[in-house]
Amino acid sequence: MKRWLALVLLLVMTGGAFGGSPLPGDSVYQFNTGLTDQNGHVWHWADRRGHVQIVSMFYTSCTMVCPMIVDTMKLTTLALDAKDRSRLDLLLVSFDTTRDTTAVLRNYASLRKLPEPQWTLARTDHAGDIRQIAALLGLQYRQLPDGDFNHSSELVLLDADGRIVARTTVIGRVDPEFVQAVDKTLAVH
Amino acid sequence: MRGLIFLASMLWSLVAAAADYVPLPGGVFNSVLPADGQAAPARIASFAMRTEPVTNEQFLSFVLAHPAWRKGEVPPVLADGGYLSHWESAVSLGERALPEQPVTRVSWFAARAFCESEGARLPSWYEWEYAAAADAHRTDARTDPAWRERVLAWYGRTSATSLGAVGGDANVYGVRDLHGLVWEWVDDFNALMVSADSRDQNDADKAKFCGAGALAMQQKENYATLMRVAMLSALKASDTTRNLGFRCVRSP
Repeated sequence: MKRWLALVLLLVMTGGAFGGSPLPGDSVYQFNTGLTDQNGHVWHWADRRGHVQIVSMFYTSCTMVCPMIVDTMKLTTLALDAKDRSRLDLLLVSFDTTRDTTAVLRNYASLRKLPEPQWTLARTDHAGDIRQIAALLGLQYRQLPDGDFNHSSELVLLDADGRIVARTTVIGRVDPEFVQAVDKTLAVH
Repeated sequence: MRGLIFLASMLWSLVAAAADYVPLPGGVFNSVLPADGQAAPARIASFAMRTEPVTNEQFLSFVLAHPAWRKGEVPPVLADGGYLSHWESAVSLGERALPEQPVTRVSWFAARAFCESEGARLPSWYEWEYAAAADAHRTDARTDPAWRERVLAWYGRTSATSLGAVGGDANVYGVRDLHGLVWEWVDDFNALMVSADSRDQNDADKAKFCGAGALAMQQKENYATLMRVAMLSALKASDTTRNLGFRCVRSP
């Protein structure tokens, strides 16, 4: 019994080990801000520490490349080692502070079959924070007069400490090098 | 020491209050970057702009009041290794950074934090370009070959010479040093999506940039401004360079 307890304790401690170690200087979590997910839960950008994740930015009313970004994220997870797949998180942050409400994100997640807890669709009211997150991730976007967005289509892989370890501009099919990077990052996590 | 920092932050609030802003009326403006990626003009709401770029002295007051932005404290993801590297120390300027020179070697993140500290923000590209289109007498002098010559003359000058002080001639709005002194950060530097392939608008970039594709730059003859766009769009938010400073704006 005691041994069992010690094991649980050890797991808890190692699982939460990042909580004690200082955040690396090149971590995107050096910046922090509040975000809301598709269920209306408020969380913080830096709360994602401890999760290996693929991040991209999008907006739900986009009819051109955005659906392909989501598809590419799906395809990428399917290409991973099956045993590691469930440990990868997928995060989509919306550019559209006006139209992408919590309800719209929830609807989009259900329509596109993006199951929780693996998928998080995030929003904020603060356009300045979106600009900052895009800057940290090295993504570009601009709002057009009709309310649509023009933006770079890229997947970014963050390790558990929020360091950018890989990125790909290959959209619409799997990028084998990127998949390899995800597998490698999950293996050491 | 703590008393000194307190004093510095008191002084800082005075300096912040003293920073000069002048109002600019809103307007419809033909930018080198069409708003819709094709030909639409930019619509600019009225705003107030700092008359001069932020100086070393002003930025020093800022870091004294905000220790997290001192060199050595800022994580590399927010500012690269060159951040304020010409300053003598984290809390003093020294001989290579004169108080009246515009502050340079600052990242976008740091510039943003500074503007926020004086209740302001970085200008958008459109706001900057709009203000910088003026000369001493006209709000839009861009078609005047003399205006272009002047702007380009600075680009041609060697960057080995040390930076001048702020306080050049005022344009029609009362804004100084938009040309001829430093490059300046804009808030949406990562919105100026001009890729090498942007000459080919029809299909090549559809996958790279969702939406209208990379921007088509207009006014090819206005390459003085286009060079600035090209430079800004090549930057990362953590980059710092010896010729890149900033100024702030406020919305009314």
